[in-house]
Amino acid sequence: MGLTLFDKIWDAHRVADAPGGTALIAIDRVFLHERTGAAALKSMAASGRSVADPARVFAMMDHIVDTRANPLTGLRGDQTLMPGGQAFITETREAAQAAGITLFDVTDRDQGIVHVVSPELGIVLPGLTLVAPDSHTCTQGAFGALAWGIGSSEAEHAMATGVLRLARPQSMRVTFSGALAPGVTAKDMALALFAGHGAGGGAGHAIEFAGEAVAALDMDARMTVCNMATEFAAFTGIIAPDERTFAYLAGRRYAPAAFDAPYWRGLCSDADAVFDREIGFDAGEVSPMVSWGTSPEHCIAIDAPIPQGPARAHEYIGLAAGEALLGTPNDVAFIGSCTNSRLSDLRRAAALVRGKHVAPGISKALVVPGSSAVKRAAEAEGLDKIFVQAGFEWRESGCSLCFYAGGEGFAPGSRTISSTNRNFEGRQGPGIRTHIASPETVAASALAGCIDDPRKAVTEMGAA
Amino acid sequence: MTPFTTLTAVAVPLLFDNIDTDTIIPSREMRSTGRTGLADGLFAPWRYSDVDQRIADPDFPLNRPEAADAKLVLGGANFGCGSSREHAVWALMEFGITCIIAESFAPIFRANCIRNGLLPVELSGAAIKAMAWHAVTVDLDRRLAINGVVTHAFAIDDEARAMLLEGLDAIDLTLKQGNAITAWQDADRQSRPWVYLEKRL
Repeated sequence: MGLTLFDKIWDAHRVADAPGGTALIAIDRVFLHERTGAAALKSMAASGRSVADPARVFAMMDHIVDTRANPLTGLRGDQTLMPGGQAFITETREAAQAAGITLFDVTDRDQGIVHVVSPELGIVLPGLTLVAPDSHTCTQGAFGALAWGIGSSEAEHAMATGVLRLARPQSMRVTFSGALAPGVTAKDMALALFAGHGAGGGAGHAIEFAGEAVAALDMDARMTVCNMATEFAAFTGIIAPDERTFAYLAGRRYAPAAFDAPYWRGLCSDADAVFDREIGFDAGEVSPMVSWGTSPEHCIAIDAPIPQGPARAHEYIGLAAGEALLGTPNDVAFIGSCTNSRLSDLRRAAALVRGKHVAPGISKALVVPGSSAVKRAAEAEGLDKIFVQAGFEWRESGCSLCFYAGGEGFAPGSRTISSTNRNFEGRQGPGIRTHIASPETVAASALAGCIDDPRKAVTEMGAA
Repeated sequence: MTPFTTLTAVAVPLLFDNIDTDTIIPSREMRSTGRTGLADGLFAPWRYSDVDQRIADPDFPLNRPEAADAKLVLGGANFGCGSSREHAVWALMEFGITCIIAESFAPIFRANCIRNGLLPVELSGAAIKAMAWHAVTVDLDRRLAINGVVTHAFAIDDEARAMLLEGLDAIDLTLKQGNAITAWQDADRQSRPWVYLEKRL
């Protein structure tokens, strides 16, 4: 029987078997961030332990950094709007320097959201294992790496020992056949998966995303699909690397110049590999998806009526079963996060808002590039001016208002349309009602002032 | 880590699916870089009718008199989903919770529980519902949850069980295999040299 892609990477990293069915799995890269990095590094130091191989450990300032530059200097400092937030930045910096790991600091050219920057620099590579104390680490599975989120204690474990103790997850393949319709995106594919199979649908499984609709996605969009695997309770998501993957990474700072070793070329599931579970979708049947409730499984096609869900979710979001999402007025539009803030996301959203303006009812419209490099590239194309002229704020890179840390927030009671990953109660602030969707749907809804279907505008653009 | 052997406690029901770690401990309640000072923010959006003033909501199960000194919480499916923040487990433990019985757990949260000595038990929704507000005994050694005359067996992998029962530190345990790890890395360095980086800034 053939092996799955997951099998091959797992087996290549199995250092030893431990009693009780767990294995010691070698960890090739660890990435920290300032929200929990200081806690992990300080705890290690207090235990008298050190980072075994600091050259393979990185830290990023992204979670709570201010996304506004000083208007006079154009730079950012350690001060941040989150009360007490500065200590997370300064203590992570001190701990990172003491540990000798590579730090991407607030003012670094390479600063950005960890899962956006790691591929930009070639830190993630096909066939690696990579962990970070951040649930969206699975984003990096888009490059054919086994990448997954862990807690702080596990981060300490990986840094101190070079391995993690793991029970082998089961395998699942999610196949998207066919092709996406215009205006339908990788984000909609992920949301359709949760709508069909629940937020716990991937529990216990390492998921390979496959099929012609996945192979057709560019690297940015593949990252969007894998990013959402954690919202499916999966161990992680992964996509087999292909020529597009190797071409993207070759020559980047931490990547080799070429991917010619047999190990890399064998990183795919064998034709006769058997998965513990298989799910199939026709990508052509996927519509733009929007969340109506308080879990990523509360998602529907944008033109479908709201179904009956948990009473608590309806009460929080203020929408009843049978009502339409389409046309529901929103107050805030947010384009950002590790899900949808890369250059291609910004290009597609900018194309929709070019020469137009957000609706008068929108109290805040925000674009936060996923990395400083994305920001520079977008500005070189003039995307920043398109967004600003359309009434969006254009910010420095960071995680921003994907979650509310107590600093900058949206007006109380706001209904947001957001290109982020979580519509949990209070995720974007107390009482904030979040609808997650693609950047296209966010852009269309910002212009309309209500949840709006992007397909018409996308189709017209295609025809023009 | 404090060992977990047996526990008999009132089972406080939070019978919702997909209770996420943002709800267990909101980001804005994580105010210091350490692992402490978190119990006050546990379930803040649900526990307080006025979060800023810390006015307790008397209807929230953990605020009810029967839940005084709560140690055992019941949940639905996919408990602990969302953010990987270990602060969710630290907040629960600082509050006094040492066991959660739920239909299923999100994987990162479950691993965080085991690393900190909090026992995650998976049982059916019907079994959990019947436990609400009852004194329930959880016996990890025998892998049993006992609700009055009804006894449920639960599954937990041998390593997690041993680590919880003995209060083992995972890093200490792994470092005992340090020689095997070094030998593996030496061999891997030959076959996958590109994994091993020189320090480059």
